[in-house]
Amino acid sequence: MSERKTWQELELGVELPAATSLGYKTGGWRVLRPVWNASECIHCMICVNYCPDMAIPVTKSEEGVAGKGGRLFKGVVRLETNLDYCKGCGICAHECPTKCLSMIREEEAEQASCKL
Amino acid sequence: MGVRKAITGAEAAAEAMRQINPDVVVAYPITPQTPIVEQFAKYVADGIVDTEMVPVESEHSAMSATVGAEAAGARAMSATSSQGLALMWEIVAATPGLRLPIVMPLVNRTISAPLNIHCDHSDVMGVTTVGWIQIFSENAQEVYENLLLAIRVAEDTRVQLPAMVNQDGFITSHAVEPVEIFDDAAVRTFVGVRPLDRGLLDLQHVRTIGAMVLPDYLLEVKRAQEEAMMHVFEVYAEAGKELSAITGHQYPFFETYRTEDADAVIVVLNSAAGTAKVAVDAMRALGKKVGLLKPILFRPFPYAEVRDALKDVPVVGVLDRSMDFGAYAPVYTEIRNVLFELDRRPTTQSYIYGLGGRDIMATEIESVFEELLSGKLDPEHQRYIGLRG
Amino acid sequence: MPTLQEIALKTDGADARIVSGHRMCSGCGIGPLIKTVLAASDKPVIVLNATGCLEVTTSVYPFTAWNTPWMHLTFENAAAVAAGVESAYRSLKRRGKIDSEVNILAVGGDGGTYDIGFQALSGALERKHKFMYLVYDNEGYMNTGNQRSGATPFGASTTTVPAGKVSNGKPQWRKNLVEIVAAHRIPYVGQAAVHNTLDLYKKAQKGFNADGPAVLAVLQPCTTNWSFDPALTMQYSKLAVETNFWPLYEIENGVVHVNTKPSNRKPIEEFLKGQTRFRHLFKPGNEHVIVEMQKMIDDEWARLLKLEESGIQF
Repeated sequence: MSERKTWQELELGVELPAATSLGYKTGGWRVLRPVWNASECIHCMICVNYCPDMAIPVTKSEEGVAGKGGRLFKGVVRLETNLDYCKGCGICAHECPTKCLSMIREEEAEQASCKL
Repeated sequence: MGVRKAITGAEAAAEAMRQINPDVVVAYPITPQTPIVEQFAKYVADGIVDTEMVPVESEHSAMSATVGAEAAGARAMSATSSQGLALMWEIVAATPGLRLPIVMPLVNRTISAPLNIHCDHSDVMGVTTVGWIQIFSENAQEVYENLLLAIRVAEDTRVQLPAMVNQDGFITSHAVEPVEIFDDAAVRTFVGVRPLDRGLLDLQHVRTIGAMVLPDYLLEVKRAQEEAMMHVFEVYAEAGKELSAITGHQYPFFETYRTEDADAVIVVLNSAAGTAKVAVDAMRALGKKVGLLKPILFRPFPYAEVRDALKDVPVVGVLDRSMDFGAYAPVYTEIRNVLFELDRRPTTQSYIYGLGGRDIMATEIESVFEELLSGKLDPEHQRYIGLRG
Repeated sequence: MPTLQEIALKTDGADARIVSGHRMCSGCGIGPLIKTVLAASDKPVIVLNATGCLEVTTSVYPFTAWNTPWMHLTFENAAAVAAGVESAYRSLKRRGKIDSEVNILAVGGDGGTYDIGFQALSGALERKHKFMYLVYDNEGYMNTGNQRSGATPFGASTTTVPAGKVSNGKPQWRKNLVEIVAAHRIPYVGQAAVHNTLDLYKKAQKGFNADGPAVLAVLQPCTTNWSFDPALTMQYSKLAVETNFWPLYEIENGVVHVNTKPSNRKPIEEFLKGQTRFRHLFKPGNEHVIVEMQKMIDDEWARLLKLEESGIQF
């Protein structure tokens, strides 16, 4: 926790610069964690566009990434969910047309990562 | 040297706005403010100004859109009275916290009920706690000059707070007086141009304005706002000096009239101060040592300076054109606060006058002086000028 | 034609106009709704936000989720604030103080739009300011815990009109905001739903590009106060469309066009079930309320098709 500003240090009219909420991690709210099976993904972007927390990053891939059926997906592809912000709502898993996403309990995920 | 024009107080406000030529003016008509808006609309229609004028559907939207324009980076103005101020109160109260230097003429009119369109100060006295700079004007000349001054004070980087310039409804707003209008170019140099650097339209600096502030920061925000208000005194004096170079007039925080050696002084705002000067002269002609103190800068209130001006006066009568039911009237309260620090305090008396546009005559003020000099006073109970029964 | 890929690219990374770290409820549809709408502007967007869920969750000092100029003033005046910003924009542009192009977006919930902000909205539309007004409609005052609004549907239980022994929830049908704003003869009005990303994006594009004011009304199922599993937000949105409860249509220069016509409209129960606010309707003895609701939905739908068919302009 950073030091709080004094009244002399405050911005005029408490104006804020852009996008400071990136410093506020909402991942701690999560009870369920999305697990993405990239080999079943068709990079349809449904989960990305639906994600309420803007927590599924995308990139432009010219060489392509392997997805469902070993197919190469070029262009805009999704990456791993950003767990710093994902609140675990499960919309991505519910709406995924290939069921390449599933929700597991956060403590299970943590235990699994401990074992690793 | 300016040009003398026979105009009303409302037209004087519009003249100031013509010279300021704001980027945006947003207003909704209300008696007795209407002639300001009408006159300014005519300037727009004739291409005398190139302001974007927005005639909205209510005062609430008027102040909301004015705030929107100011936050976007424009110099925006509005104008209102009474019920209009009451309807926009929510946004009026929000403006200082956003540190938006909006300047607005307020034509003082009583607040309903009962419905009455005439002058008193119950409108402005309902907003003196929310953080606007409050400037009062005795006549049309002062309305004009105070508006020019207000722009500079409000927009100064040390201040960045909104300002209201008050004038009495009908008495000042609708009465024709000779008003000296100064050179357009000189005035425009004086008011300058509002920089864009705090605006939403400054796309190089993407900003969030009006974030929600929780208990961890609200106190600090308000403390900073108070500091800005305290800077008004120095900025007002500096800007006043610059304006003097154009007008030849002085811009004190308050005016004293024949108070040196006075045995009794009356404190009164706005147009009644003019009447009081006539009464003072009449009394002085009879050898009675009386004087007047007319507050101009009411927020922030110059406590120390007023105290210094009143410290040797035996009796001070305060005339309020509004009431604070169950409490001392607003101007009386300030004067009592002023005097508290003195070891030897003057006796005070509170008077209520002029509600809902009731005329106050010089002879009535003379009677007040007589009463103050008689010593038959009751500082804890207000008296009413011209009350029947 | 936009693709989901293009939209996804615009809502992520440096181009995103709203970013992570906001405090909307888990599964809240406002996130996808607002990021899709913002992505549809090809110019910088200035956002004027009414008090409500979106505002309080994105601007808790010192954290702001906005990566675009944004302002909140109060509850009932987003349209008036937008009018002021738009007037400033035109003035400063004319005076040569700025040269960039921008779009202006006012956004509020249904409370800030149908109810307390209605006058400011009507005034701004009548004056023909060039801006888009976006309402995310969660059918009540959801930010403060499910109070009734003018957008709350017939039969819904709210904390201010609860279902009880002698009450079946809200006795009135909702206000038809789309038709009311269309009556202002504005160039574009769209009704969209959060699950249909492409339709929402296209409508937002049309709104931003309209030659005058535009209004976009988007249904936003509220996981918290309609109380359903947060994973189901898009499903409820979809059901609202498939039951004709929330038709997707637009009124472009006065001409009505219905975008989606479900071939087999689902019974309204499909939408109602699982939502706490309609739970009482499934109690024995309350069947007539659902029957009445179904009739109203079918009548409204038939009327909408007639409007489209007639070609009569708003």
